[in-house]
Amino acid sequence: MTETDLQTEKTSRRSLVWRQFKKNKPAMVGVALVLVLGLVALFAPFLAGDVPIVMRKDAKLYLLPNVITYGALQAENMYRNFDRWEPGPGEFAWRPPIPYSPLRQNLRERLEPPGREHWLGTDDRGRDVLSRIVWGTRISMSVGFIAVGIAVLIGIVLGALAGFYGGAVDALILRFIEIWICVPSFFLVITVMAFLEPSIVNIMVVIGLTGWPGIARLVRGEFLKQKQQEYAIAARASGLNDRRIIFRHLLPNALSPVFVSATFGVAGAILTESGLSFLGFGVPPPTASWGEILKQSQSYVDFAWWLVAFPGVAVFITVVSFNLVGDGLRDALDPRLRQ
Amino acid sequence: MRAYIIRRLLLIIPTFIGISMLTFALIQLAPGSPIALKLQGMDGAMQADAATQDIIEQTKALYGLDKPIPVQYGLWLGRLVRLDFGNSMKDQRPVMDKIGEALPVTLMFNLLSLFLVYLISIPVGVYSATHPGTKRDSALTVFLFILYSMPTFWVAMLLILFLGGGEYLDWFPIHGLQSGDATSLSWFARLLDRLWHMAMPLFCMTYGGLALLSRYMRAGMLDVLRQDYIRTARAYGFSERTVVWKYTMRNSLIAIVTLLGGLLPALIGGSIIIETIFSIPGMGRLAFEAVLSRDYPLIMGEVTIASLLTLAGLLLSDLLYVAVDPRIKLG
Repeated sequence: MTETDLQTEKTSRRSLVWRQFKKNKPAMVGVALVLVLGLVALFAPFLAGDVPIVMRKDAKLYLLPNVITYGALQAENMYRNFDRWEPGPGEFAWRPPIPYSPLRQNLRERLEPPGREHWLGTDDRGRDVLSRIVWGTRISMSVGFIAVGIAVLIGIVLGALAGFYGGAVDALILRFIEIWICVPSFFLVITVMAFLEPSIVNIMVVIGLTGWPGIARLVRGEFLKQKQQEYAIAARASGLNDRRIIFRHLLPNALSPVFVSATFGVAGAILTESGLSFLGFGVPPPTASWGEILKQSQSYVDFAWWLVAFPGVAVFITVVSFNLVGDGLRDALDPRLRQ
Repeated sequence: MRAYIIRRLLLIIPTFIGISMLTFALIQLAPGSPIALKLQGMDGAMQADAATQDIIEQTKALYGLDKPIPVQYGLWLGRLVRLDFGNSMKDQRPVMDKIGEALPVTLMFNLLSLFLVYLISIPVGVYSATHPGTKRDSALTVFLFILYSMPTFWVAMLLILFLGGGEYLDWFPIHGLQSGDATSLSWFARLLDRLWHMAMPLFCMTYGGLALLSRYMRAGMLDVLRQDYIRTARAYGFSERTVVWKYTMRNSLIAIVTLLGGLLPALIGGSIIIETIFSIPGMGRLAFEAVLSRDYPLIMGEVTIASLLTLAGLLLSDLLYVAVDPRIKLG
């Protein structure tokens, strides 16, 4: 086969998978939901907050004060008092559709059920629940993706080394994986979180460090299969160095199951983060996180259904979306299901 | 077979040493260790606190933190082998006593939950796989998918909200394992009382595994149903029942037996979140309280015991795997 033949072969496999994936309606719904969640996370300051998107004050026009901190407004202490500021004559403010900051406490409006002012009610400090859920999307999505990124990175390196070299390296890494599986991971995570400074970076790292064994095992298995293939033997025969064979030749062919596992992993990491926040070991307050809203609901669980229902729905929808995409990917990559 | 078992048993030794090293690394986070001091010790107020100072002195003495690292590790290995983790800082009771009280509770819950998972998921999976593409199969599949994606702590809170008293229904107790007057009841009433208390937490611990295993069972059944030997069995004129239950179901069991290994760590460690929500005095809540009050000896005891039991469990499921599937070559 010539170089071009190989090229078409490669693209056709990818498009085959995509064609298969597109046929799967639930999976496409999952993709759409993931995109929506990503957009909500990205554009949280435009959806919820008391800082205007565009405003005119003292005959000056401010563009995007919700993302850019203006020195002039800072000097007037405006950023702390936007909720109380009403534009005077000649001034105006165009605020996000949910005009409440996720952090601003308002004790006169505490524990209000959903209504016209606060669509999803308020929590025990009078903060708007919808606003907190919107901002919580940021925490969930970033923890999900970065934690899984860390896990995938470690898993790929260790799995590739084990599968490619075999022998003593393989045995050593397999032992390491088994050790890691034996230690209860959620417990390990809360222990470490209790003794480290609680911060979102620590959460990402710790969740990432507990998530890699599954991925390492998958990559190892794929490498064991792939290195017997003719193309791998050819690559070796042509004298390429190990690093090149591993990363340029074997790895791209070993990645499919990793994608599937990583997609489920994002759902898992988001669950772990909300569980951590639920127990009080998550992102430090007052940062909004879905698990943290649920944690508050514990004290008012006899009546405050909105504090239980809505953040849970947010976690649920997110987990469902990633699971749908993961299921779809797995089916699309499974040649036995292909017609 | 024997050679495999012996080799598998020997592999425990390096894993055990590995676990001891990993937990040893965790000790370095303990208050009083030089590394922990570096990590958190810039806090002057904390240093001056007499109570904190006392805790630091205690952990130092317990783990020999002022000795060189190899000596510290030797001390830790010695404790591990003797299963002596010192006394809890909270009430000065031996850590092993507290774990000895919590472990049976967690095991009771999890064995019951595991039993229910297998009891329900096998027939559900078989039904789904033998009626593929029907409305009931798709409804079941969607339902299981939804069930599988529901976060347990959310389900727990919803159950408490709607069924556990408060403004809505008051069907189930939400706290502990028995009613206050349980000791005065007859044994049968006490059993009912216990089951009544266990209903909601048990449901929360079971539904996720149930949904997952049913999905695997369905996939496994469909896989086996495609095999040539099933067609052969049909050609022989065996009844559908024999084909499904004897030839297909048994062979698809292998896949879900191996899954047992994956379920084990959670089984022994206990569900921290569920046990905490429902105030169940098991391993999970003990762990949560230990971490919350920074009860270091208890934390170390819990991590180590849970890891060692999981190690034993994984060994068991590996051996079970070989026992179930005679096709597996041992070498």
